[in-house]
Amino acid sequence: MPEVTSGGADVAPADVTPLVQIVSPTGERVVEPDNATYRSRVDHLTSEDLRALYRDMVLTRRFDDEATALQRQGELALYAQGRGQEAAQVGSAYALAPQDYVFPSYREHGVLHVRGVSPVDRLRLFRGVDHGGWDPAEHNVHLYTLVIGSHALHATGYAMGVQRDGLVGTGDPARDAAVVTYFGDGATSQGDVSEALVFAAVNNAPVVFFCQNNQWAISEPTSRQARVPIYRRGEGFGIPSVRVDGNDVLACYAVTAEALERAHHGGGPTFIEAYTYRMGAHTTSDDPTRYRERAEEEYWRQRDPIDRVAALLKAEGGWDEAWVAALDAEADTYGERLRTAVRELGAPPVESMLDHVYADPHAQVEAERAWLRDYELQTTNEEAVR
Amino acid sequence: MTTTTAPAVSTTSAVRTETLTFARAITEGLRAALEDDDHVMLMGEDIGRLGGVFRVTDGLQKDFGEDRVVDTPLAESGILGTAIGLALRGYRPVCEIQFDGFVFPAYDQITTQLAKLRYRSRGRLEVPVVVRIPYGGGIGAVEHHSESPEALFAHTAGLRVVSPSTPQDAYDMIRAAVASADPVLYFEPKGRYWSKGEVTLGGPVDAAGLDGARVARAGTDVTIVAYGPTVATALRAADALAAEGTSAEVVDLRTVSPIDVPTVVASVRRTGRCVVVHEAPSFLGAGAEVAARVTEECFHSLEAPVLRVAGFHAPYPVAKLEHEYLPSVDRVLDAVDRALAY
Repeated sequence: MPEVTSGGADVAPADVTPLVQIVSPTGERVVEPDNATYRSRVDHLTSEDLRALYRDMVLTRRFDDEATALQRQGELALYAQGRGQEAAQVGSAYALAPQDYVFPSYREHGVLHVRGVSPVDRLRLFRGVDHGGWDPAEHNVHLYTLVIGSHALHATGYAMGVQRDGLVGTGDPARDAAVVTYFGDGATSQGDVSEALVFAAVNNAPVVFFCQNNQWAISEPTSRQARVPIYRRGEGFGIPSVRVDGNDVLACYAVTAEALERAHHGGGPTFIEAYTYRMGAHTTSDDPTRYRERAEEEYWRQRDPIDRVAALLKAEGGWDEAWVAALDAEADTYGERLRTAVRELGAPPVESMLDHVYADPHAQVEAERAWLRDYELQTTNEEAVR
Repeated sequence: MTTTTAPAVSTTSAVRTETLTFARAITEGLRAALEDDDHVMLMGEDIGRLGGVFRVTDGLQKDFGEDRVVDTPLAESGILGTAIGLALRGYRPVCEIQFDGFVFPAYDQITTQLAKLRYRSRGRLEVPVVVRIPYGGGIGAVEHHSESPEALFAHTAGLRVVSPSTPQDAYDMIRAAVASADPVLYFEPKGRYWSKGEVTLGGPVDAAGLDGARVARAGTDVTIVAYGPTVATALRAADALAAEGTSAEVVDLRTVSPIDVPTVVASVRRTGRCVVVHEAPSFLGAGAEVAARVTEECFHSLEAPVLRVAGFHAPYPVAKLEHEYLPSVDRVLDAVDRALAY
């Protein structure tokens, strides 16, 4: 298995660690005894399958570029860039069954793309018109959670519910269900993530903990979060754990497929560390030039996940110029539609500010709702008179 | 998967009246909830095999099994966080926090997640979680076992905060809390666990069980507002006042979020004087909200300012001093005297 470092100045010896890889950074298949079981999970994929993965990664990156530009133009208040993490997100999401449930953090735009959450729905939060943006039940994807690591517990509890529903180990792939929760390297320092690992382990819950170690938690490198590789944290709780090349879409698919199979069959949780890189900033409010080196970013540019799939397709005869041109055109249309849709997102009505605080009427809210209505009416009347 | 209010009719238990302790009334309320809906489950530290440190869940794991009455790891944030996940999957978890002072590791999950998921999702997500918290003092305990943190939660929109003062309310309100589609913090006055009262059990859940203050004692000269453990204190003070010729009306708020302002206001419009009694510190406690609302809405009816008898702005003291800290009948009488002197 290949070894890899972060390439940055802050490399701790513990970062030189074997990881699961099926396609090298230059697009060659890696064939060795250590990755045999993972290769067997992707050997059946055809060039058409690879082109589908490529397309989803390209559209994910296009979404990212469009959203970043929209923010710079003042159309979004904020945006959390996912550039560079397309393989980890698209690859893992491909392994999900429709009945599996996802608990993302706030950067998993590629996962949401694969699950079918529409591009404009994914940006309502960043536009400042919604704290969520989509209906979780439609695509089995929970809303973004901004309190770091908090949702790892929700995912574990949800998985405990799946167990109680009797939907683990039925042997029916259309019924067995599992949960995947995504979070970053920084999140693994939060107590809630440790507690989620405790509960998942002792309950043998069907939950996959997918940690995208993108090397940075805003301005702090992973060495500020851990002195051992992150995947060993899962091992510490008695959970099978694996480190995968987070820029290798086939490897990410394979390890997630294995983890989901384990969960579906009653084998309990898995911890996956996808070793990747946050090519962009933490969010559009962040300035990475203040804390990291160009050389490190260049090192990871050489390991771009999308270029890797392109190289693989070219090497295996699956690359077709006409198809690429069509994809470029599709991406352009996709971008234009997204820009138009985002610009049309307006503020919700003022009265909605007090909706959905509670299910049933709550005297305090109702009193304030009446006050707000009278106040708005009074203001309107005063303005009309002026 | 979402659920709304649980089935209204308890089909398995006939209506009957028994004399029960406060704690046992909660046990029977939990039993009824577990019988009514197979998605109701209990989770907490030591609630299963031990039956809870106050025995409130005694016998329930034996009757309903380990999957529905769950001994959790020692991790309050984990208990709440996994309860939220279970609720999102369609279950109705009732969490037990062992003591008031240990709720704080769960404060993040309660205030940033439990309180906000419905609002965040514009009503698509429902988290019908109940959090049972034994609270209040008077049991001679060490640090962190006698606190009254209810205001810290009532100040967060999205949570319902309730506290029964009688065994009947304990039974009715725990069933109503479980049936509610909203997250409910159910504060149990632990100093009252062994008090006894008549409880009518069985029958359908009262959908309005979580709403509304109750006039515990009618009177004409002063309104004493209390909730949880201080309702009994207020009633004893009313007895003492009656012997002196003063007629005190006692209003049991029953809920701290929302506060039933109309019931309090209707009373103060008649009596003209109001004293609020709670164990929680006076400074920024629930009594401050009552005082503000009463002043706003009954200003012209008030003969005296609204006064508060409550805990001090200091951590809950050592057991040997706690009776100096807790609102006593004497301190309530003193406040009523001051109100009457205006």
